[in-house]
Amino acid sequence: MKSFTYERARNPAEAAASVLRKPDAKFIAGGTNLLDLMKLEIETPAHLIDVNGLALDKIEPTAEGGLRIGALVRNTDLAADSRVRRDYAVLSRALLAGASGQLRNKATTAGNLLQRTRCPYFYDTNQPCNKRRPGSGCAAIGGFSRQHAVVGGSEACIATHPSDMAVGMRALDATVETVRPDGATRAIPIAEFHHLPGSTPHVETALSPGELITAVTLPKPVGGTHIYRKVRDRASYAFALVSVAAIVQRDGTGRVALGGVAHKPWRIESADSQLPRGAKAVMAELLSGARPTRENAFKLSLAERTLGAVLTEAKG
Amino acid sequence: MKFESPATTNPIDQLKIVGQSVSRIDGPLKTTGTAPYAYERHDVVANQAYGYVVGSAIAKGRIKSIDLGAAKAAPGVLAIVTADNAGKLDKGRLNTAKLLGGPEIQHYHQAIAVVVAETFEQARAAAQLIRVDYAAEQGAFDLASLLDKAKPNPITAGPADTAVGDFAANFAAAPVRLDARYSTPDEAHAMMEPHATIAAWEGDKLTLWTSNQMIAWNKAEMAKILGMRAENVRLDSPFVGGGFGGKLFPRADALLAALGARAAKRPVKVALQRPLMFNNTTHRPATIQRIRIGATRDGKITAIGHESWSGDLPGGKADGAVAQTRLLYAGAHRMTATRLATLDLPEGNAMRAPGEATGMMALEIAVDEMAEKLGMDPIEFRILNDTQVDPEKPERPFSQRQLTECFRTGAERFGWSKRNPQPGRVRDGRWLVGIGAAAAFRNNLLTKSAARVRLDNGGIVTVETDMTDIGTGSYTIIAQTAAEMMGVPLEKVKVRLGDSAFPVSAGSGGQWGGNNSTAGVYAACVKLREAVAQKLGFNSAEAEFADGEVRSGNRRVPLAQAAADGGLSAEDEIEYGDLAKKYQQSTFGAHFVEVGVDAATAEIRVRRMLAVCAAGRILNPKTARSQVIGAMTMGVGAALMEELVVDKRTGFFVNHDLAAYEVPVHADIPHQEMFFLDETDPMSSPMKAKGVAELGICGVAAAVANAVYNATGVRVRDYPITLDKLLEQMPDVG
Amino acid sequence: MQGPSDFELSRRKILLGTAASVAFGVAPRIADAQTPAVPVQAGAAPAISMSKVSFSVNGKPREIALDTRTTLLDALREHLHLTGSKKGCDHGQCGACTVIVGGRRINSCLTLAVMHEGDEIKTIEGLGTPENLHPMQAAFVKHDGYQCGYCTPGQICSAVAVLDEIKAGIPSHVSADLNAPAQLTNAELRERMSGNICRCGAYSNIAEAITEVAGRQA
Repeated sequence: MKSFTYERARNPAEAAASVLRKPDAKFIAGGTNLLDLMKLEIETPAHLIDVNGLALDKIEPTAEGGLRIGALVRNTDLAADSRVRRDYAVLSRALLAGASGQLRNKATTAGNLLQRTRCPYFYDTNQPCNKRRPGSGCAAIGGFSRQHAVVGGSEACIATHPSDMAVGMRALDATVETVRPDGATRAIPIAEFHHLPGSTPHVETALSPGELITAVTLPKPVGGTHIYRKVRDRASYAFALVSVAAIVQRDGTGRVALGGVAHKPWRIESADSQLPRGAKAVMAELLSGARPTRENAFKLSLAERTLGAVLTEAKG
Repeated sequence: MKFESPATTNPIDQLKIVGQSVSRIDGPLKTTGTAPYAYERHDVVANQAYGYVVGSAIAKGRIKSIDLGAAKAAPGVLAIVTADNAGKLDKGRLNTAKLLGGPEIQHYHQAIAVVVAETFEQARAAAQLIRVDYAAEQGAFDLASLLDKAKPNPITAGPADTAVGDFAANFAAAPVRLDARYSTPDEAHAMMEPHATIAAWEGDKLTLWTSNQMIAWNKAEMAKILGMRAENVRLDSPFVGGGFGGKLFPRADALLAALGARAAKRPVKVALQRPLMFNNTTHRPATIQRIRIGATRDGKITAIGHESWSGDLPGGKADGAVAQTRLLYAGAHRMTATRLATLDLPEGNAMRAPGEATGMMALEIAVDEMAEKLGMDPIEFRILNDTQVDPEKPERPFSQRQLTECFRTGAERFGWSKRNPQPGRVRDGRWLVGIGAAAAFRNNLLTKSAARVRLDNGGIVTVETDMTDIGTGSYTIIAQTAAEMMGVPLEKVKVRLGDSAFPVSAGSGGQWGGNNSTAGVYAACVKLREAVAQKLGFNSAEAEFADGEVRSGNRRVPLAQAAADGGLSAEDEIEYGDLAKKYQQSTFGAHFVEVGVDAATAEIRVRRMLAVCAAGRILNPKTARSQVIGAMTMGVGAALMEELVVDKRTGFFVNHDLAAYEVPVHADIPHQEMFFLDETDPMSSPMKAKGVAELGICGVAAAVANAVYNATGVRVRDYPITLDKLLEQMPDVG
Repeated sequence: MQGPSDFELSRRKILLGTAASVAFGVAPRIADAQTPAVPVQAGAAPAISMSKVSFSVNGKPREIALDTRTTLLDALREHLHLTGSKKGCDHGQCGACTVIVGGRRINSCLTLAVMHEGDEIKTIEGLGTPENLHPMQAAFVKHDGYQCGYCTPGQICSAVAVLDEIKAGIPSHVSADLNAPAQLTNAELRERMSGNICRCGAYSNIAEAITEVAGRQA
């Protein structure tokens, strides 16, 4: 780990201003992913701005009837919030399916969105990785790719996004609120927040330099049956092979987002409209153009079968 | 004491303390975090500096140049040791690859440097500044492609090839035949405590506070590697945070701490960082196995053959996957063959029940498959082919063999009779449910073991032996043995382990530690009893040691009185005659597993587990049970998730941390049942005990595999059994 | 805009050739503090950033100056010599380092010590002693809920916190009804304890130990 200076920020604007002033500065909140990567020198900030004192740890109702989740709300608290449990159960379930109790106590809403991939070649600094060292190549292509993306990948990168929470948020049409160093704020729809790898897999989100996530807002509840189904080899404390976040209404309509299949939470609104026709019809659209490897081709049928089971469960 | 004839009645048979389920005497230390492990010993030597290990970025080739400039200039750096400046180093007898590589590189993450600095943070940062220019060479990394080139290689249990009768002809003539191939992947020990050592030099004497299973082996090894006299090396490992075979031999932490300390002229501590461990240390090698069984229509095995292929670095060893097939089932015509391919992957070596663990994974699926071909219940098929003698040498009986009783008892307790022999027929909601069984088998190994026992004037008995407790319960069973022998309560016994200054024990490995080390303590206690009797004027043959007293006839004297004018001490070792040659000594068990397989996703979850074991006298049922259920847990990992994935292009284990190499977590393991059959084995030692710590892993993965088959009708012969291998044959969803 | 006092401190970072920790006030004397200072290196050597942090550990106030890179785990083990918390992986993948901060269990290997200004930290040493075991420690001994003992302090800290989490109504992945009170079933305990790996495989016994303590508490 490279040496770094450390400061505690007191308000978002100050934090954003400071990050611009210092070369190679980074925000740190829960730290559960950033420190992990700093130890391996995959992340090498020269300055850390501790944002834990920014009072962004509240969950409040919005004027539109939704919820505004502070960037610093811990995963445990978000999952346990009675409003989230009641009205956004898919989010609560997604959070509880992720990581461990210890990690959820520390990990924050914003940090979870910004998690970096768990591709083992990204994690091993001896290996080429376009995400870690742009232009060096992708060792996962032609290598061990069982966990990797089956859709939306590129010649440069087939990594997946590891978050469960983000998949739940994608199904809920969440919006990411930010503040920029100049004090300007903006709201980024979650669909646009995470990028596909393309030729620039190191550019993972829509955030500009120094931009700080302040909150995630959820629109007003849409009702329906909320299910988050995470499929993995180990029964707990493991990343998804495939996960399905679904909100299904009584008439069979609804929404579906997938985790574990792409560089971002994977949802195509037009595939949602296939829901009344069943899992096969949804997947035909949702996973059209999929380019799996030999090792992860099973994810296509796994995703369809898992959605099938979810739809059966939703019918009760 | 030489153990040459079957044990007769001795003080252990009182079973006042031995054989009782006492809680571990080191429990209060372990549960309060006060048991000291190697890296934590701030108290043993002042001024400790920190070492951080750099691993090779290539699997095979040479270091062309290594630039230490930036690292040397980094804050706090005290020394950097590489092969260039380490001085002459020998290779250990027990290691296949060198612990410090360069310029030649033998495997990925082979250590090539240690950076010593004032703090851990500084050592780690400086290590990351070392720049290495490699000349990589193409290596051999794919076992499956090398089967034709593999060569015969002996295994621990005997020669590469064995043959009895005419296997080929009788297999060909058998009316019912199975010929199947199985594979097991490379597996990691993944013990929770990383390999760690604090090294300090005092003149030409070296002390290593380390984490090691086999103290005497490693004292000799370190001396050989460093070109020292063995008496100048001291090892101390009072607590070992798991080993499973991964800490049998010296590893890079010990050597690099010693070299770092010499270079920095200060004590140095080194722990292998977790992401380095998987490629830097040893692992259980992958196997490809072919099993052929021929039987009569009524299920009698007439021919049984087992071949196994594994790979290792040049000079390495084959996995002994065929070992149990020489002994487990009857059959007049038999063969085994072991082939070793040269691979440039990290060093393959012992991991919990080396040989039997992988062999039983394959054999016990094959037996299940054969029973199905015969239309027989798989347990009845096993019982029908039980043997009470070594099938290769029928003049050698087993000392004890209760395999059939294990199956009968287990079947009763588990509800085997409710098993539907038709696979894929039992459903519980979203789950397809199946049950499976497998035999457990592991040999009992005898090896000499010494101890020293002291009595002080407070009546305290202190046992000293270089035996280790790697979680096995050695502290407790040794204390129980000494308490029983000397007639004192457990609280009056102190046990000191793991110091090479103590008498040389069997050490911890091959499930030989429990029986042999307590037999050594028994021998020392017999000597101490004689010294006590003599001191107090008793006839040692008649003296009874009980309740803190020595008694004979009407005379009773407090034991402590024997040490009133100074302590009494006795040292002895147990050594063995040829009983093990005349009698085959093995341990047996039966595993039962119920799994649920999600009908949609094919996720496999274990619902129930039972093991019934017969393994000689159980010295402490509480700790012995823990050994077995722990091994069952590791077996579930082997069955369902554990696999070091080889990148066959560049030759390394890709999933080299505890997130990517999955081992079972709490949620994977249901309540486990475990039952020991009554057994004493007078052929094994005066303790009449045998090993038990590895028996529990042998066969359990196959029981899981057989349960998955029973649940789904899908037979998977390549471990681990992951959902992607089932998915295509699962029922339609919806 | 900037200038909270602790930031000032970090700007006044000490340029040291050695980053040996310096213990203040109540911190115990430690081997490193006796190390003769190595002269500050001249020239372009990268600086070491030091920062001071105060928190309480097991009820005792502690103030230490640390290399900012020091994790809470290494601060406990290497600087305060509280070695009960274990380093199994240093990457949040095993749970051996679990401690309780502000009443919540966390992985102390994945958090910087300097981020814990003012925090109340409880480690295994703060639960009980060999002579006076916490009920959870006693139950682990009774049920043989460990073998090698290396994951054990983390398991016990986690187990103590899990019972509090259930009491506080925090749901888990296996809770059938998110809106009902959390249950104390074997499946719930196993799911909640899954962040603590035990390679010796003492899980079945650990679950029994926790169940016994939970029953006693209820």
